[in-house]
Amino acid sequence: MFNFRKPKNELELILKQGKKNTPTIPDEMFTSCPGCSASILSEELIESLNVCLKCGHHFKISARQRLNALADAGSFDELFGDMESENLLGFPEYEKKLHNAKLATAENEAVICGTCEIGGNPTAVFIMEGDFMMGSMGTVVGEKITRLFEHALKMRLPVVGYTISGGARMQEGILSLMQMAKTSGAVMRHGNAGLLYIAVLTNPTTGGVTASFAMEGDMVIAEPGALICFAGPRVIAQTTRQKLPPGFQTAEFLLEKGFIDAIVPRKEHKNTIAKLLYMHRGASE
Amino acid sequence: MKAIEYVYAARHKNRPTGMAYIRNIFTDFIELHGDRRFGDDRAIVGGIAMFCDMPVTVIAIEKGTDTKERVSRNFGSVHPEGYRKALRLMKQAEKFKRPVICFIDTAGAFCGIGAEERGQGQAIAENLGSMMELRVPIISILIGEGGSGGALALGVANSVWMLEKAVYSVISPEGCASILFKDPQKAEIAAENLKLTARDLFGLGVIERIIPEKNTESVFNIIKKQLKAELERLIAKSGDELREERYNKFRGIGC
Repeated sequence: MFNFRKPKNELELILKQGKKNTPTIPDEMFTSCPGCSASILSEELIESLNVCLKCGHHFKISARQRLNALADAGSFDELFGDMESENLLGFPEYEKKLHNAKLATAENEAVICGTCEIGGNPTAVFIMEGDFMMGSMGTVVGEKITRLFEHALKMRLPVVGYTISGGARMQEGILSLMQMAKTSGAVMRHGNAGLLYIAVLTNPTTGGVTASFAMEGDMVIAEPGALICFAGPRVIAQTTRQKLPPGFQTAEFLLEKGFIDAIVPRKEHKNTIAKLLYMHRGASE
Repeated sequence: MKAIEYVYAARHKNRPTGMAYIRNIFTDFIELHGDRRFGDDRAIVGGIAMFCDMPVTVIAIEKGTDTKERVSRNFGSVHPEGYRKALRLMKQAEKFKRPVICFIDTAGAFCGIGAEERGQGQAIAENLGSMMELRVPIISILIGEGGSGGALALGVANSVWMLEKAVYSVISPEGCASILFKDPQKAEIAAENLKLTARDLFGLGVIERIIPEKNTESVFNIIKKQLKAELERLIAKSGDELREERYNKFRGIGC
């Protein structure tokens, strides 16, 4: 769809000109860290993959920035990149929200899929984009992830998947819910062939994504401090009127309860994932 | 009837609950309790029963019929141990090569501290993946409310049927209205747009059959008749064929 209206603000204008990899942190010189209130030079923050140099607080990072940090230079081949969502149920305002999400992220949907090498190890990869309608899973997100696992099965590749999601996308109703079953089926088929799937859970991973492919990895890794849950803390506080324990539903909490394998700081992701892929290289033969 | 009226009908307190279906459709039901991990979730009733001279595994979400029972059944909102119990019984069905029949009726998986501590998301995810792989027939019937992931966790079946006045949705109309329209009063509009009635879902290819609701007795009789025919069709298939059919059914939903 074409849109000839004048950009509302500068960000829209920049995005309209197709500038990708725009950092998600504000364009000011300094960024204040919510973890330790330190002022950090924004440039330094970008260099440190949006992790506070003083306290290690993990800021939001775009899917493209992650991909650039993870994949060996020049190794990434995007798959299914031109798939776009349609308003299948005729849900009010959905087209507008999709349009704004595309402007805000310069992506076509809430997940980027492809193949790449990580430390020289060939792998299939998907990375969800949290700024695209809160990383919600509609039919296109479900289809892209399903296709990626099917492609990885055919090519005998492992899968590395980054999740960030508000859950299933309400605007696609029951069709979104069914993507949980569909993606789970594809993960199982890939796994049954003896292939490795590493899930990396980032802040926040919730709802239908937690209750499907996020929790189905052979190894499940999380970023420090990430909120990982099925029902969100606000919903639980409202429903049960109970006071939530400190640190409830953080990565650290899930590690203690036995639901994730490890917490790995962002800067160590590439190294850790490369090692895991290397240790499982026999699985792809 | 408006979509929201279907929602109210599906939640109505006089609507038959899971146990009524087990009692009226099957014989010799023997309940089997517990997930062997944490406890026994009374929101899920599971066990073995006879149907047309054949042993079957039956699993139902039970909301309860009076206040005391509703409280003990947590109003049909399942904890992770309930989903794990269901999965244990499904794997047992696979071992002894008997079909699995699920009755779904829940506002949703329980939202609470204990449920999250014990991995609600992980429990549902495991059910989705494992049901996809099960080598015996699975038939799931939505008898009342089909609340999101908590319903789907018993709904990855070869055939999914819905009663005429049952609903199945990614989120409750009230939840959708308060998040998207910032106004829970707009539930009626949300219900209309979510496309959650049996007719909508049949049109979208999410369910295979609508069970008409003339009266309770006729519902049981129709389910019996359809179940017999469907089980005959499914039992003739191999484990691989059943898995393939189930995968393809869900694979085709969306784009």
